[in-house]
Amino acid sequence: MELLIKNGIVYDPLNGIDGERMDIAVRDGRIVEDVSPKAEVVDASGMIVMPGGVDIHSHIAGSKVNTGRLMRPEDHYGDYEQRRPHRRAGVGRSIPSTYTTGYRYAEMGYTTVFEPASPPIKARHTHEELDETPMIDKGCFTLLGNNWLVMDYLRDGMIEECKGFVAWMLEATKGYAVKLVNPGGVEAWGWGRYVIGLDDEVPRFGITPREIIEGLCRVNSMLKLPHPIHVHTNNMARVGNYETTIATMETVSNQAAGSPCNIHVTHVQFTGRKGSSWVNVRSGAEDISSYVNRRSHAELDVGQIIFGDTTTMTADGSFQYLLHILSGNKWANADVEVETGAGVVPYTYRRSNYVNAVQWGIGLELALLIEDPWRVHMTTDHPNGGPFTEYPRVIAWLMSRRARDKTLSKINKTARRRLNLPGIDREYTLGEIATVTRAATARSLGLTSKGHLGVGADADIAIYAVDAQRIDPSREYKLVRRAFRRAAYTIKDGEIVVKDGEIVKTVFGRTFWVKPRVEEELMEKVREDVKEKFEEYYTVRFGNYPIPDSYLKRPHAIKAGG
Amino acid sequence: MKMEVRDVVCTVCGCCCDDLIVEVEDNHIRSVRNACALSTSKLMDHRERLKTPMVREGGTLREASLKEALDRAAQILAEARYPLLWGWSLTCNEAVSIGVELAETLGGVIDNNTSICHGPGLIGVHDIGISSSTLGEVKNRADLIVYWGANPVHAHPRHMARYTLMARGRFRRSRRERTLIVVDVRRTDTAKLADLYIQVEPNGDYELLSALRAAVRGEEIEQEDVAGVPIEEIEEMAELMIGCEFGALFYGVGLTMSRGKSRNIDAALSLVRDLNSRTKFIILPMRGHFNVTGANEVTTWLSGYPFGVDYSRGYPYYNPGDTTAIDLLRRGECDAALVVASDPAAHFPASITRKLAEIPVVTLDPHRSTTVEISDVAIPTAIVGVEASGTVYRMDGVPLEAKMLIRPPEGVKTDAEILTSLLEGVKTLRGS
Ligand code: SF4
Repeated sequence: MELLIKNGIVYDPLNGIDGERMDIAVRDGRIVEDVSPKAEVVDASGMIVMPGGVDIHSHIAGSKVNTGRLMRPEDHYGDYEQRRPHRRAGVGRSIPSTYTTGYRYAEMGYTTVFEPASPPIKARHTHEELDETPMIDKGCFTLLGNNWLVMDYLRDGMIEECKGFVAWMLEATKGYAVKLVNPGGVEAWGWGRYVIGLDDEVPRFGITPREIIEGLCRVNSMLKLPHPIHVHTNNMARVGNYETTIATMETVSNQAAGSPCNIHVTHVQFTGRKGSSWVNVRSGAEDISSYVNRRSHAELDVGQIIFGDTTTMTADGSFQYLLHILSGNKWANADVEVETGAGVVPYTYRRSNYVNAVQWGIGLELALLIEDPWRVHMTTDHPNGGPFTEYPRVIAWLMSRRARDKTLSKINKTARRRLNLPGIDREYTLGEIATVTRAATARSLGLTSKGHLGVGADADIAIYAVDAQRIDPSREYKLVRRAFRRAAYTIKDGEIVVKDGEIVKTVFGRTFWVKPRVEEELMEKVREDVKEKFEEYYTVRFGNYPIPDSYLKRPHAIKAGG
Repeated sequence: MKMEVRDVVCTVCGCCCDDLIVEVEDNHIRSVRNACALSTSKLMDHRERLKTPMVREGGTLREASLKEALDRAAQILAEARYPLLWGWSLTCNEAVSIGVELAETLGGVIDNNTSICHGPGLIGVHDIGISSSTLGEVKNRADLIVYWGANPVHAHPRHMARYTLMARGRFRRSRRERTLIVVDVRRTDTAKLADLYIQVEPNGDYELLSALRAAVRGEEIEQEDVAGVPIEEIEEMAELMIGCEFGALFYGVGLTMSRGKSRNIDAALSLVRDLNSRTKFIILPMRGHFNVTGANEVTTWLSGYPFGVDYSRGYPYYNPGDTTAIDLLRRGECDAALVVASDPAAHFPASITRKLAEIPVVTLDPHRSTTVEISDVAIPTAIVGVEASGTVYRMDGVPLEAKMLIRPPEGVKTDAEILTSLLEGVKTLRGS
């Protein structure tokens, strides 16, 4: 099948194309030099053309997401999808059902999404949901920062064994990256206790968060994994946690070997708080940005909040418990043997609330103060900061000072006074938007055929009805917002799947997972070791733990070279 | 030829023990090791097997070809205005998923066994949330175990050995390191093992839970006893709960189905939540059927709701007590039923079963169940975990792959295969 996208204004940052009128040719799911005269023509005059969106961090599938759905029928009552031609019925505002999740991403021109927190023993569940999430390519990150075997190996200085174990885990769970959530702290929460500082000891394990972070960072580079360690830092519940964020980046800085980055710190808005109490909490964005601007080894995603009701969920069970105590809202907790935990709490961000308003400001300040758009990815940490369907709102804030001022005028006055945001003039260009929503995320994930429109790339393309040469996004941000809400076309693997913001075809994407290459001798030793521990620690048999490739609908292994 | 299959997942109760060793010879199961008596009898004995499809003609069931049965079944469903799709707790996730699509296509209701057993537990989660964990957390950490209205010795025979009282984990090595409290209306075999047995008056659970909550908060209780339990015992129990390092409360249908139902569960969930300000505490339902948890999970990720999902408006709608099987049948609203992997005629109240018998019923089941006798079409299916593989979820949500050990009888297909054919048949007939 051939397609020719004609006359669009193209933004393709990875190939250095920043708003040029050009045609894009597609054949059999890939971008090609040119096509035959028989190709179907998509007229993109007066529109912008970008690679399909790549979301690096969005909780869309797995046991905690489903716990959120179960816990919140009230989230579904007001927002449902009728069964229609080309689409299944569903529900969901902040925690959509799986089909609805896929459709809504596609409608916005997104074509790849990563679930960032899969509990290994429940990875099958994550994959079952991903398999029933249509329209997008996907993958999941494997939670390893509180794993007993990881902690034991690292404490005992067995870095090689730890490397083998991580490789085994990624393969067994069909995971894509090494995820750390409150390293050591979630284990402590298994006892209802807390680990706060990087150098606090994890109860009964004789190891500290710092040692876990450094160890897994080393393992990550030994395995040459495509994405750096993906870290939700310690100390998320407290004011003053911006220091933990900086210290977390700093602790692996001596391991850095130029580009690419060796650490991705996630949803930094939540750990960018300065001050000593909720009363004097301020934005730590300036300090964090200045670190990122000075040092090239670290990248982050924002975790922007959106005012309104949402559902917070993380593997950081202790944070969720404290949020439940603070908010008085209902609470679900789901600790996972040997590995991790999870918590879910509904939450409403209010403009009039001082702390919420500061949080809103921190996210935007991070995005605007970090100079290099390749190292500050746009996320809402869906659904923690707000649902992914609100991305167009974030895009408008980034592109338009006027849009920001409008919201600033409505937020808590004290927060407005204390934020740096009112004094920041920077406005993102469309090229920068393309960077923070697709090019940089794809590059950070090591997905070489995504996030760009060069010859050979996957033909995942988004076309938005906004005339880049006529409108001024700074003033006409509402037009931009509207255009990004409903793509004029979304093309997935060379097929038109969305037209005028409506699904016209249902497709199922691939699931990416990473298969690291490790010496067989080491793997054998690790398998023996793990098998022995399994008996004692787990309640499932070693033989029933790994997920075979064939279990996934469309698995796609990426080989990593160690 | 003899063959030994290891790490077999038992598809009987919600424990989903995954360490069975099964010896297979000439497509027969010769022996089963590690299993409890419940499991062995299910794996070894398939006498009441349904082997050929049946259709009703002139009031009696007669044998039919698979094609005839499928055509009749698809026709019954396609012609229905408001069909009920019931069961789903004794099959795998893959089948449930197709079931949800079928319900959506038909504009019917999909409901599972939850609405007659642990429904209140899930409704409680809507209201309160839940502090929970996987069973391995209990095995490794728990020094206090509470069974409330549950009798695992008989209903979940290996629960205590594998996951709780007798399990050997990283931080707890033996029975001596754990305390067991049992709350029940009678001295069950489980209660006999308890360090503290609390005999609650029938239907007194809510009161007792409320008193415990008060005691945990440190409030003085004025009465001498509550729900038949002396105050000293309540205080002792509260102290054990506060004083433990990691506590786990398991509740059974003795709590969900006694007076108060979801209010009982609300109180139990709240008690455990409150305890987390003092120590670490989790709560888990003792789910009966091996994959009723999976049925809830699949239905939730596809529709947003765990059971009783009504697609008659074209989108998922949920209102337990209204969109649930018993209620729909009592009101005579459904005009056809598809029963999959469940035996409602044996479990529903007699008056509701009579209502079910009045409408056309299509049943998919490996066995010649009571429901088959009132069906218009019955199609035999392969037994999940014996003759068919598939994903099942343990009571704590841990997913496992149930294995195919032997081939099903000649011509017998899996639930997923039959449902796929039905879905296609219905789409053709409805022209959608
Ligand atoms: S306890 Fe339940 S799952 Fe385990 S062997 Fe017995 S019946 Fe099977």
